Amino acid sequence: MIWNQEYETMPREDLEKLQLRRLQDLTTRMYARVAPYRVKMDAAGVKPGDIQSLADIKKLPFTTKNDLRDNYPFGLFTVPMEQVVRVHASSGTTGKPTVVGYTKRDISTWAELMARALSCGGVRPGDMVHNAYGYGLFTGGLGAHYGAENLGATVIPISGGNTKRQILIMQDFGSTVLLATPSYALNLADTMADMGIDPATIKLRVGIFGAEPWSENMREEVEKKLGLKAIDIYGLSEVMGPGVSMECIEAQNGMHIFEDHFLPEIIDPDTGEPLPFGETGELVFTTLTKEAFPLLRYRTKDITRLNAEPCICGRNFVRMDKVTGRTDDMLIIRGVNVFPSQVEHVLMGIEGVEPHYQIIVSREGSLDTMEVQVEVSDALFSDEVKNLEKLTRRIQAEIKDLIGSTCKITLVEPKTIQRSEGKAKRVIDNRKI
Amino acid sequence: MKVEQIAVFLENKSGRLAEVAAVLSEKGLNIRALSLADTADFGILRLIVDNTTRAVEVLKEKGFTVSRASVVAVEVADRPGGLADVLNTLNEAAINVEYMYAFVEKSGQNAVIIFRFDDPDAAIAVLLESGLRVLSSEQVCSL
Repeated sequence: MIWNQEYETMPREDLEKLQLRRLQDLTTRMYARVAPYRVKMDAAGVKPGDIQSLADIKKLPFTTKNDLRDNYPFGLFTVPMEQVVRVHASSGTTGKPTVVGYTKRDISTWAELMARALSCGGVRPGDMVHNAYGYGLFTGGLGAHYGAENLGATVIPISGGNTKRQILIMQDFGSTVLLATPSYALNLADTMADMGIDPATIKLRVGIFGAEPWSENMREEVEKKLGLKAIDIYGLSEVMGPGVSMECIEAQNGMHIFEDHFLPEIIDPDTGEPLPFGETGELVFTTLTKEAFPLLRYRTKDITRLNAEPCICGRNFVRMDKVTGRTDDMLIIRGVNVFPSQVEHVLMGIEGVEPHYQIIVSREGSLDTMEVQVEVSDALFSDEVKNLEKLTRRIQAEIKDLIGSTCKITLVEPKTIQRSEGKAKRVIDNRKI
Repeated sequence: MKVEQIAVFLENKSGRLAEVAAVLSEKGLNIRALSLADTADFGILRLIVDNTTRAVEVLKEKGFTVSRASVVAVEVADRPGGLADVLNTLNEAAINVEYMYAFVEKSGQNAVIIFRFDDPDAAIAVLLESGLRVLSSEQVCSL
């Protein structure tokens, strides 16, 4: 079902006019109200009045995660804090998180777009929505929650964890829609099997899975194991949260970007030049309507491709392919963004730790695991087991504090982590995604 | 009266223990006593050798992480109850043992127990007071 017929099926010509009007308004607002944007636009020699067509967007400077970090926490907000009704945060590249803010209208726009997204994925009013995305600073839980309520579904705000209880509630409440990371969905399926529960006794019909990369193979597996249609959702907290783009249940082939609110571009990550339509490159978003925390040409570092072919579902929005990679070294582990630099930050804070470490990511069953190997220097070494165990527990606790995810710490002998010429190979990702 | 012990960090992978033994043997260093503490992920090999300084040097050259610690060697009669007597003495004096290991002298008359204490000096005082024989490095190496 198409939630917002007027916008989602708008002829491209009208859509582009709307986008241009919104882009002009956005640049004017940002230039007038946010000093860091004004400085960057002046440096690039561009004024809001120079935006006369959508193609003129390439005159505007990019925004990167570094800009967000430099203006931590609220420096890029476009409205006074009195108008900000909510903040969320996600991992930054070092100790500081990336903070985003929403006005009342932003929250309502988000609820509209999430309702569109859920509807696009086959969720209907009256569905029992089992929302296993984490509630909290992470945008997943609350973002999906407001959208499902707006759609007229019943939300079970179960959040993550406590898997057996989730399954009991699923059975007792008759959950029909599962919102989760794909790996957690597989974990639920495996736990169900361990508990001897036949998936046929569960009413799940649709699963909306996102917040981490997953493959077509995983789609098949989770569809078979849980007896549902698995639909892909995309979003990132900087741009809004979940609901930036969404696969339709009709085609299950690429995610429709809600272009009346987000203007996508694909650029060459090395040169920053826009690429011809249909080429693979880095995805860049401009948020056309956000009030509290709009972004001009935000570089997502996600690698994908846009597809403008008409879709059988009737929506006129372009589709993006599954994200096939990153231009940086960010890892997504159980839905949590992790930067190797964060791990490094923790290790460097511990006296005697050598700057030689390696992160090994694997998938055991359906769950991602992260192991951090640390070389034992003379300064760290002790002849007593308890001291070494204390050390590994400390590193583990500090990493958990910073990134919110538990990892295994393995002490290894000096010089066993491969030294590389130039850029160190910090991450070994053994997941087959 | 303290004895020098070296500890070597070992990853749990095959052949590492053999490499330590090979390095020491190549340089003509003799192992007097040893114990291996192992966890799921790593091991700590503790050794008493006839030339500690040299052993540390050659192991470090080979890239091993090595540390030195002072331990206490106590000689007890090789008979039932020999160890119990020593442990009772330590217990009564509220001295905590971090870890220990033992070997039997070549003569077969006595056993030597190696103790790692938080405070070796206090432990030695208690042991000597109760009439036990505490061995020096030279004595351990010449047994």
